Amino acid sequence: MAEAGHSPAEYVTHHLRHWSSGSDSGFISLSDWHLDTLIISTLLGIAFLTLFRIAAVRATSGVPGKLQNFVEVLIDFVDNSVKDSFHGVRTFVAPLALTIFVWVFLWNAMDLLPVDLIPKLWAAGHAAAGHDPAHAYIRVVPSADMSATFALSISVFLLIFVYSFKGKGVGGYFKEFLTHPFGPWLLPFNVILNFVETLARPLSLALRLFGNLYAGELIFILIALLPWWAQVVPGLGWALFHILVITLQAFIFMTLTIVYLSMAHEHH
Amino acid sequence: MQASIPSIVGQMIVFFLFVFITMKYIWPPITKALEERRTKIAEGLAAAEKGARSLQDASLKSEEALKEARVQAQDILAAANKQAAQLVEQAKGTAQAEAERIVARAHEEVQREVAHAREELRKQVGELAVAGAAKILKREIDTKAHADVLNELAAKI
Repeated sequence: MAEAGHSPAEYVTHHLRHWSSGSDSGFISLSDWHLDTLIISTLLGIAFLTLFRIAAVRATSGVPGKLQNFVEVLIDFVDNSVKDSFHGVRTFVAPLALTIFVWVFLWNAMDLLPVDLIPKLWAAGHAAAGHDPAHAYIRVVPSADMSATFALSISVFLLIFVYSFKGKGVGGYFKEFLTHPFGPWLLPFNVILNFVETLARPLSLALRLFGNLYAGELIFILIALLPWWAQVVPGLGWALFHILVITLQAFIFMTLTIVYLSMAHEHH
Repeated sequence: MQASIPSIVGQMIVFFLFVFITMKYIWPPITKALEERRTKIAEGLAAAEKGARSLQDASLKSEEALKEARVQAQDILAAANKQAAQLVEQAKGTAQAEAERIVARAHEEVQREVAHAREELRKQVGELAVAGAAKILKREIDTKAHADVLNELAAKI
Protein backbone atom coordinates (compact mmCIF):
# COMPACT_ATOMS: atom_id res chain seq x y z
CA MET A 1 0.00 0.00 0.00
CA ALA A 2 1.15 3.48 -0.72
CA GLU A 3 2.60 5.19 2.27
CA ALA A 4 0.54 7.99 3.71
CA GLY A 5 1.33 11.32 2.17
CA HIS A 6 2.67 9.86 -1.07
CA SER A 7 0.84 9.81 -4.34
CA PRO A 8 0.75 6.52 -6.22
CA ALA A 9 3.06 7.99 -8.85
CA GLU A 10 5.61 8.89 -6.19
CA TYR A 11 5.29 5.42 -4.67
CA VAL A 12 5.94 3.76 -8.01
CA THR A 13 8.87 5.95 -9.00
CA HIS A 14 10.35 5.50 -5.54
CA HIS A 15 10.18 1.76 -6.00
CA LEU A 16 11.74 1.90 -9.43
CA ARG A 17 14.78 3.89 -8.44
CA HIS A 18 18.08 2.15 -7.88
CA TRP A 19 20.33 2.39 -4.91
CA SER A 20 22.99 4.07 -6.97
CA SER A 21 26.50 5.23 -6.24
CA GLY A 22 25.72 8.59 -7.90
CA SER A 23 22.72 10.61 -8.90
CA ASP A 24 22.91 10.33 -12.68
CA SER A 25 19.36 10.10 -13.97
CA GLY A 26 20.16 9.44 -17.67
CA PHE A 27 18.94 6.34 -19.46
CA ILE A 28 22.51 5.12 -19.76
CA SER A 29 24.84 6.03 -16.98
CA LEU A 30 28.58 5.95 -17.55
CA SER A 31 29.48 6.66 -13.97
CA ASP A 32 26.94 5.28 -11.53
CA TRP A 33 27.01 1.82 -10.03
CA HIS A 34 23.74 0.10 -9.29
CA LEU A 35 24.79 -1.08 -5.87
CA ASP A 36 21.52 -2.88 -5.09
CA THR A 37 21.68 -5.05 -8.22
CA LEU A 38 25.36 -5.76 -7.78
CA ILE A 39 25.17 -6.66 -4.11
CA ILE A 40 21.96 -8.66 -4.25
CA SER A 41 22.93 -10.61 -7.35
CA THR A 42 26.38 -11.35 -5.96
CA LEU A 43 24.88 -12.54 -2.68
CA LEU A 44 22.47 -14.79 -4.57
CA GLY A 45 25.35 -16.14 -6.62
CA ILE A 46 27.38 -16.83 -3.51
CA ALA A 47 24.38 -18.61 -1.98
CA PHE A 48 24.09 -20.75 -5.11
CA LEU A 49 27.79 -21.58 -5.17
CA THR A 50 27.88 -22.35 -1.45
CA LEU A 51 24.92 -24.70 -1.60
CA PHE A 52 26.24 -26.50 -4.66
CA ARG A 53 29.76 -26.60 -3.28
CA ILE A 54 28.48 -28.29 -0.13
CA ALA A 55 26.71 -30.85 -2.29
CA ALA A 56 29.85 -31.30 -4.41
CA VAL A 57 32.07 -31.86 -1.38
CA ARG A 58 29.66 -34.38 0.09
CA ALA A 59 28.95 -36.04 -3.24
CA THR A 60 29.17 -39.81 -3.09
CA SER A 61 28.61 -42.44 -5.71
CA GLY A 62 26.60 -44.36 -3.11
CA VAL A 63 23.15 -43.46 -1.88
CA PRO A 64 22.76 -39.68 -2.34
CA GLY A 65 21.29 -37.42 0.33
CA LYS A 66 18.45 -35.00 -0.28
CA LEU A 67 20.69 -32.04 -1.14
CA GLN A 68 22.79 -34.16 -3.44
CA ASN A 69 19.67 -35.49 -5.08
CA PHE A 70 18.41 -31.99 -5.74
CA VAL A 71 21.73 -30.80 -7.11
CA GLU A 72 22.13 -33.93 -9.22
CA VAL A 73 18.70 -33.50 -10.74
CA LEU A 74 19.57 -29.93 -11.73
CA ILE A 75 22.97 -30.89 -13.09
CA ASP A 76 21.57 -33.83 -15.00
CA PHE A 77 18.85 -31.62 -16.46
CA VAL A 78 21.32 -28.92 -17.54
CA ASP A 79 23.80 -31.49 -18.85
CA ASN A 80 21.09 -33.14 -20.94
CA SER A 81 19.94 -29.77 -22.30
CA VAL A 82 23.51 -29.00 -23.31
CA LYS A 83 24.06 -32.48 -24.73
CA ASP A 84 20.98 -32.15 -26.91
CA SER A 85 22.23 -29.18 -28.89
CA PHE A 86 25.91 -28.66 -28.22
CA HIS A 87 28.14 -31.25 -29.87
CA GLY A 88 31.58 -30.66 -28.51
CA VAL A 89 33.53 -30.58 -25.29
CA ARG A 90 31.11 -29.55 -22.57
CA THR A 91 33.58 -28.82 -19.78
CA PHE A 92 32.95 -25.08 -20.07
CA VAL A 93 29.54 -24.82 -21.70
CA ALA A 94 27.70 -27.06 -19.24
CA PRO A 95 28.89 -25.26 -16.08
CA LEU A 96 28.15 -21.97 -17.88
CA ALA A 97 24.61 -23.11 -18.58
CA LEU A 98 24.14 -24.26 -14.99
CA THR A 99 25.41 -20.95 -13.62
CA ILE A 100 23.11 -19.00 -15.93
CA PHE A 101 20.08 -21.13 -15.12
CA VAL A 102 20.41 -21.10 -11.36
CA TRP A 103 21.61 -17.53 -11.09
CA VAL A 104 18.88 -16.10 -13.30
CA PHE A 105 16.33 -18.26 -11.50
CA LEU A 106 17.41 -16.80 -8.15
CA TRP A 107 17.36 -13.26 -9.56
CA ASN A 108 13.83 -13.80 -10.79
CA ALA A 109 12.75 -15.48 -7.58
CA MET A 110 13.46 -12.24 -5.71
CA ASP A 111 10.33 -10.99 -7.42
CA LEU A 112 8.25 -13.27 -5.18
CA LEU A 113 9.33 -11.43 -2.04
CA PRO A 114 6.70 -8.91 -0.96
CA VAL A 115 7.51 -5.71 -2.89
CA ASP A 116 7.67 -3.57 0.22
CA LEU A 117 9.56 -5.99 2.48
CA ILE A 118 13.16 -5.15 1.73
CA PRO A 119 12.54 -1.46 0.81
CA LYS A 120 10.79 -0.97 4.19
CA LEU A 121 13.65 -2.63 6.08
CA TRP A 122 16.10 -0.62 4.03
CA ALA A 123 14.28 2.63 4.86
CA ALA A 124 14.18 1.68 8.54
CA GLY A 125 17.91 0.97 8.42
CA HIS A 126 18.51 4.36 6.79
CA ALA A 127 16.44 6.07 9.46
CA ALA A 128 18.33 4.24 12.18
CA ALA A 129 21.62 5.37 10.65
CA GLY A 130 20.38 8.94 10.75
CA HIS A 131 19.67 9.38 7.04
CA ASP A 132 16.47 10.50 5.43
CA PRO A 133 14.38 7.33 4.79
CA ALA A 134 12.68 9.07 1.87
CA HIS A 135 15.95 8.81 -0.06
CA ALA A 136 16.48 5.12 0.73
CA TYR A 137 16.19 3.52 -2.67
CA ILE A 138 16.59 -0.17 -3.35
CA ARG A 139 15.44 -2.60 -6.01
CA VAL A 140 15.61 -6.22 -5.06
CA VAL A 141 15.06 -7.99 -8.41
CA PRO A 142 18.39 -8.01 -10.28
CA SER A 143 16.79 -9.21 -13.53
CA ALA A 144 14.49 -6.19 -13.51
CA ASP A 145 17.65 -4.11 -13.96
CA MET A 146 18.95 -3.86 -17.52
CA SER A 147 22.51 -3.70 -16.22
CA ALA A 148 22.28 -7.23 -14.91
CA THR A 149 20.55 -8.75 -17.93
CA PHE A 150 22.87 -6.96 -20.35
CA ALA A 151 25.88 -8.07 -18.35
CA LEU A 152 24.79 -11.67 -18.91
CA SER A 153 23.85 -11.24 -22.56
CA ILE A 154 27.04 -9.35 -23.42
CA SER A 155 29.03 -12.11 -21.74
CA VAL A 156 27.21 -14.61 -23.94
CA PHE A 157 27.81 -12.30 -26.92
CA LEU A 158 31.55 -12.38 -26.29
CA LEU A 159 31.48 -16.15 -25.82
CA ILE A 160 29.73 -16.49 -29.19
CA PHE A 161 32.81 -14.92 -30.79
CA VAL A 162 35.14 -17.10 -28.77
CA TYR A 163 33.32 -20.24 -29.86
CA SER A 164 33.02 -19.05 -33.48
CA PHE A 165 36.75 -18.48 -33.67
CA LYS A 166 37.41 -21.81 -31.95
CA GLY A 167 35.05 -23.75 -34.20
CA LYS A 168 35.64 -22.08 -37.55
CA GLY A 169 38.81 -20.09 -37.12
CA VAL A 170 38.93 -16.29 -37.38
CA GLY A 171 39.09 -16.44 -41.20
CA GLY A 172 36.30 -18.96 -41.38
CA TYR A 173 34.10 -16.79 -39.20
CA PHE A 174 34.58 -13.69 -41.36
CA LYS A 175 34.16 -15.70 -44.54
CA GLU A 176 30.84 -16.96 -43.25
CA PHE A 177 29.92 -13.42 -42.14
CA LEU A 178 30.52 -12.12 -45.67
CA THR A 179 29.18 -14.99 -47.78
CA HIS A 180 26.46 -16.60 -45.73
CA PRO A 181 23.51 -17.08 -46.40
CA PHE A 182 23.12 -15.59 -49.92
CA GLY A 183 26.49 -16.48 -51.42
CA PRO A 184 29.45 -14.26 -52.30
CA TRP A 185 27.64 -12.28 -55.03
CA LEU A 186 25.20 -10.71 -52.62
CA LEU A 187 27.86 -9.72 -50.12
CA PRO A 188 26.25 -6.43 -48.91
CA PHE A 189 23.04 -8.20 -48.05
CA ASN A 190 24.95 -10.89 -46.22
CA VAL A 191 26.77 -8.30 -44.20
CA ILE A 192 23.58 -6.44 -43.31
CA LEU A 193 21.74 -9.61 -42.37
CA ASN A 194 24.58 -11.07 -40.32
CA PHE A 195 25.20 -7.75 -38.62
CA VAL A 196 21.59 -7.53 -37.54
CA GLU A 197 21.51 -11.18 -36.52
CA THR A 198 24.67 -10.89 -34.46
CA LEU A 199 23.47 -7.79 -32.65
CA ALA A 200 19.93 -9.08 -32.20
CA ARG A 201 21.07 -11.97 -30.08
CA PRO A 202 22.42 -10.14 -27.02
CA LEU A 203 19.70 -7.51 -27.34
CA SER A 204 16.86 -10.01 -27.44
CA LEU A 205 18.39 -12.12 -24.66
CA ALA A 206 18.77 -9.18 -22.31
CA LEU A 207 15.53 -7.40 -23.16
CA ARG A 208 13.37 -10.53 -22.97
CA LEU A 209 14.49 -11.29 -19.46
CA PHE A 210 14.45 -7.67 -18.38
CA GLY A 211 11.04 -6.99 -19.91
CA ASN A 212 9.37 -9.97 -18.30
CA LEU A 213 10.72 -9.33 -14.85
CA TYR A 214 10.37 -5.55 -15.00
CA ALA A 215 6.73 -5.97 -15.97
CA GLY A 216 6.27 -8.54 -13.24
CA GLU A 217 7.76 -6.27 -10.63
CA LEU A 218 5.69 -3.33 -11.83
CA ILE A 219 2.48 -5.32 -11.54
CA PHE A 220 3.38 -6.38 -8.01
CA ILE A 221 3.94 -2.69 -7.22
CA LEU A 222 0.58 -1.77 -8.73
CA ILE A 223 -1.14 -4.55 -6.77
CA ALA A 224 0.52 -3.16 -3.67
CA LEU A 225 -1.22 0.16 -4.37
CA LEU A 226 -4.64 -1.45 -3.91
CA PRO A 227 -6.39 -1.39 -0.53
CA TRP A 228 -5.21 -4.37 1.55
CA TRP A 229 -8.43 -6.39 1.20
CA ALA A 230 -8.28 -6.20 -2.58
CA GLN A 231 -4.65 -7.35 -2.78
CA VAL A 232 -5.05 -10.99 -1.88
CA VAL A 233 -6.67 -12.37 -5.02
CA PRO A 234 -4.64 -10.49 -7.69
CA GLY A 235 -1.46 -10.79 -5.58
CA LEU A 236 -1.84 -14.55 -5.21
CA GLY A 237 -2.83 -15.01 -8.84
CA TRP A 238 0.07 -12.98 -10.18
CA ALA A 239 2.54 -14.69 -7.82
CA LEU A 240 1.36 -18.15 -8.92
CA PHE A 241 1.63 -17.15 -12.55
CA HIS A 242 5.00 -15.64 -11.84
CA ILE A 243 6.39 -18.94 -10.55
CA LEU A 244 6.02 -20.11 -14.14
CA VAL A 245 7.57 -16.95 -15.58
CA ILE A 246 10.53 -17.13 -13.22
CA THR A 247 11.43 -20.69 -14.17
CA LEU A 248 10.61 -20.27 -17.83
CA GLN A 249 12.72 -17.15 -18.28
CA ALA A 250 15.68 -18.77 -16.57
CA PHE A 251 15.27 -21.83 -18.78
CA ILE A 252 14.91 -19.76 -21.96
CA PHE A 253 18.02 -17.74 -21.19
CA MET A 254 20.01 -20.93 -20.60
CA THR A 255 18.67 -22.76 -23.65
CA LEU A 256 19.25 -19.82 -26.00
CA THR A 257 22.79 -19.44 -24.69
CA ILE A 258 23.45 -23.10 -25.45
CA VAL A 259 21.87 -22.82 -28.88
CA TYR A 260 23.81 -19.68 -29.80
CA LEU A 261 27.07 -21.24 -28.67
CA SER A 262 26.43 -24.46 -30.54
CA MET A 263 25.52 -22.50 -33.69
CA ALA A 264 28.71 -20.52 -33.31
CA HIS A 265 30.75 -23.65 -32.77
CA GLU A 266 29.52 -25.64 -35.74
CA HIS A 267 30.01 -25.21 -39.46
CA HIS A 268 26.98 -24.51 -41.57
CA MET B 1 14.88 2.69 -15.50
CA GLN B 2 18.54 3.03 -16.23
CA ALA B 3 21.33 0.93 -17.61
CA SER B 4 24.61 1.51 -15.86
CA ILE B 5 27.78 0.75 -17.77
CA PRO B 6 29.99 0.26 -14.67
CA SER B 7 27.35 -2.08 -13.28
CA ILE B 8 27.33 -4.09 -16.49
CA VAL B 9 31.10 -4.47 -16.46
CA GLY B 10 31.17 -5.34 -12.77
CA GLN B 11 28.37 -7.82 -13.17
CA MET B 12 30.16 -9.46 -16.10
CA ILE B 13 33.29 -9.91 -14.02
CA VAL B 14 31.23 -11.44 -11.21
CA PHE B 15 29.48 -13.67 -13.71
CA PHE B 16 32.68 -15.05 -15.21
CA LEU B 17 34.06 -15.57 -11.73
CA PHE B 18 30.97 -17.60 -10.82
CA VAL B 19 31.18 -19.63 -14.02
CA PHE B 20 34.82 -20.33 -13.30
CA ILE B 21 34.02 -21.49 -9.76
CA THR B 22 31.18 -23.68 -11.01
CA MET B 23 33.40 -25.19 -13.67
CA LYS B 24 36.28 -25.80 -11.28
CA TYR B 25 34.70 -26.75 -7.98
CA ILE B 26 31.08 -27.79 -8.53
CA TRP B 27 30.57 -29.45 -11.87
CA PRO B 28 33.38 -32.04 -11.85
CA PRO B 29 32.82 -33.67 -8.42
CA ILE B 30 29.10 -34.07 -8.97
CA THR B 31 29.32 -35.38 -12.52
CA LYS B 32 32.08 -37.71 -11.33
CA ALA B 33 29.83 -39.05 -8.58
CA LEU B 34 27.02 -39.48 -11.11
CA GLU B 35 29.29 -41.34 -13.50
CA GLU B 36 30.63 -43.56 -10.74
CA ARG B 37 27.14 -44.40 -9.58
CA ARG B 38 26.15 -45.21 -13.15
CA THR B 39 29.02 -47.70 -13.53
CA LYS B 40 28.29 -49.11 -10.07
CA ILE B 41 24.67 -49.71 -10.97
CA ALA B 42 25.67 -51.26 -14.28
CA GLU B 43 28.10 -53.56 -12.51
CA GLY B 44 25.49 -54.47 -9.94
CA LEU B 45 22.97 -55.32 -12.63
CA ALA B 46 25.52 -57.43 -14.48
CA ALA B 47 26.42 -59.26 -11.27
CA ALA B 48 22.76 -59.90 -10.52
CA GLU B 49 22.25 -61.30 -13.98
CA LYS B 50 25.31 -63.50 -13.59
CA GLY B 51 24.04 -64.71 -10.23
CA ALA B 52 20.67 -65.58 -11.67
CA ARG B 53 22.31 -67.45 -14.51
CA SER B 54 24.59 -69.44 -12.18
CA LEU B 55 21.59 -70.21 -9.97
CA GLN B 56 19.79 -71.59 -12.99
CA ASP B 57 22.87 -73.61 -13.89
CA ALA B 58 23.15 -74.96 -10.37
CA SER B 59 19.51 -75.96 -10.17
CA LEU B 60 19.82 -77.68 -13.53
CA LYS B 61 22.90 -79.50 -12.33
CA SER B 62 21.28 -80.53 -9.06
CA GLU B 63 18.27 -81.86 -10.90
CA GLU B 64 20.53 -83.89 -13.11
CA ALA B 65 22.39 -85.25 -10.09
CA LEU B 66 19.11 -86.15 -8.48
CA LYS B 67 18.00 -88.00 -11.56
CA GLU B 68 21.28 -89.85 -11.72
CA ALA B 69 21.04 -90.75 -8.04
CA ARG B 70 17.54 -92.05 -8.54
CA VAL B 71 18.69 -94.26 -11.41
CA GLN B 72 21.60 -95.48 -9.34
CA ALA B 73 19.36 -96.27 -6.41
CA GLN B 74 17.11 -98.22 -8.72
CA ASP B 75 20.11 -100.17 -9.98
CA ILE B 76 21.33 -100.90 -6.50
CA LEU B 77 17.91 -102.06 -5.43
CA ALA B 78 17.64 -104.33 -8.43
CA ALA B 79 21.09 -105.79 -7.79
CA ALA B 80 20.28 -106.38 -4.14
CA ASN B 81 17.04 -108.07 -5.05
CA LYS B 82 18.83 -110.28 -7.50
CA GLN B 83 21.51 -111.15 -4.98
CA ALA B 84 18.91 -111.99 -2.36
CA ALA B 85 17.08 -114.22 -4.77
CA GLN B 86 20.34 -115.86 -5.65
CA LEU B 87 21.14 -116.38 -1.98
CA VAL B 88 17.73 -117.93 -1.36
CA GLU B 89 18.18 -120.18 -4.37
CA GLN B 90 21.59 -121.22 -3.23
CA ALA B 91 20.35 -121.91 0.28
CA LYS B 92 17.51 -123.95 -1.13
CA GLY B 93 19.98 -125.96 -3.19
CA THR B 94 22.24 -126.60 -0.23
CA ALA B 95 19.33 -127.57 1.96
CA GLN B 96 18.03 -129.96 -0.65
CA ALA B 97 21.45 -131.58 -1.04
CA GLU B 98 21.77 -131.90 2.70
CA ALA B 99 18.36 -133.42 2.94
CA GLU B 100 19.19 -135.85 0.18
CA ARG B 101 22.39 -136.76 1.89
CA ILE B 102 20.61 -137.33 5.19
CA VAL B 103 17.97 -139.40 3.49
CA ALA B 104 20.63 -141.42 1.70
CA ARG B 105 22.50 -142.01 4.91
CA ALA B 106 19.33 -143.08 6.67
CA HIS B 107 18.56 -145.39 3.78
CA GLU B 108 21.96 -146.93 4.01
CA GLU B 109 21.58 -147.44 7.70
CA VAL B 110 18.22 -149.01 7.18
CA GLN B 111 19.77 -151.29 4.57
CA ARG B 112 22.55 -152.24 6.89
CA GLU B 113 20.15 -152.82 9.71
CA VAL B 114 18.02 -154.97 7.45
CA ALA B 115 21.06 -156.99 6.35
CA HIS B 116 22.13 -157.41 9.92
CA ALA B 117 18.67 -158.52 10.97
CA ARG B 118 18.55 -160.95 8.09
CA GLU B 119 21.88 -162.44 9.10
CA GLU B 120 20.70 -162.74 12.65
CA LEU B 121 17.49 -164.25 11.50
CA ARG B 122 19.30 -166.67 9.25
CA LYS B 123 21.48 -167.75 12.13
CA GLN B 124 18.53 -168.21 14.39
CA VAL B 125 16.63 -170.10 11.69
CA GLY B 126 19.67 -172.43 11.28
CA GLU B 127 19.79 -173.11 14.98
CA LEU B 128 16.03 -173.50 15.02
CA ALA B 129 16.23 -175.94 12.11
CA VAL B 130 18.97 -177.89 13.85
CA ALA B 131 16.97 -177.96 17.08
CA GLY B 132 13.90 -178.97 15.09
CA ALA B 133 15.75 -181.71 13.24
CA ALA B 134 17.24 -183.00 16.51
CA LYS B 135 13.87 -183.11 18.01
CA ILE B 136 12.47 -184.84 14.95
CA LEU B 137 15.29 -187.40 14.81
CA LYS B 138 15.21 -187.64 18.54
CA ARG B 139 18.70 -188.42 18.58
CA GLU B 140 21.83 -186.66 19.13
CA ILE B 141 23.40 -185.17 16.18
CA ASP B 142 27.00 -184.55 16.16
CA THR B 143 26.91 -180.80 15.76
CA LYS B 144 30.45 -180.74 14.83
CA ALA B 145 30.08 -183.34 12.14
CA HIS B 146 27.06 -181.76 10.63
CA ALA B 147 28.07 -178.18 10.93
CA ASP B 148 28.85 -178.03 7.27
CA VAL B 149 25.42 -179.31 6.35
CA LEU B 150 23.76 -176.88 8.71
CA ASN B 151 25.67 -173.93 7.47
CA GLU B 152 24.74 -174.83 3.93
CA LEU B 153 21.18 -175.00 4.99
CA ALA B 154 21.33 -171.71 6.74
CA ALA B 155 22.83 -170.08 3.63
CA LYS B 156 19.95 -171.40 1.56
CA ILE B 157 17.27 -169.79 3.75
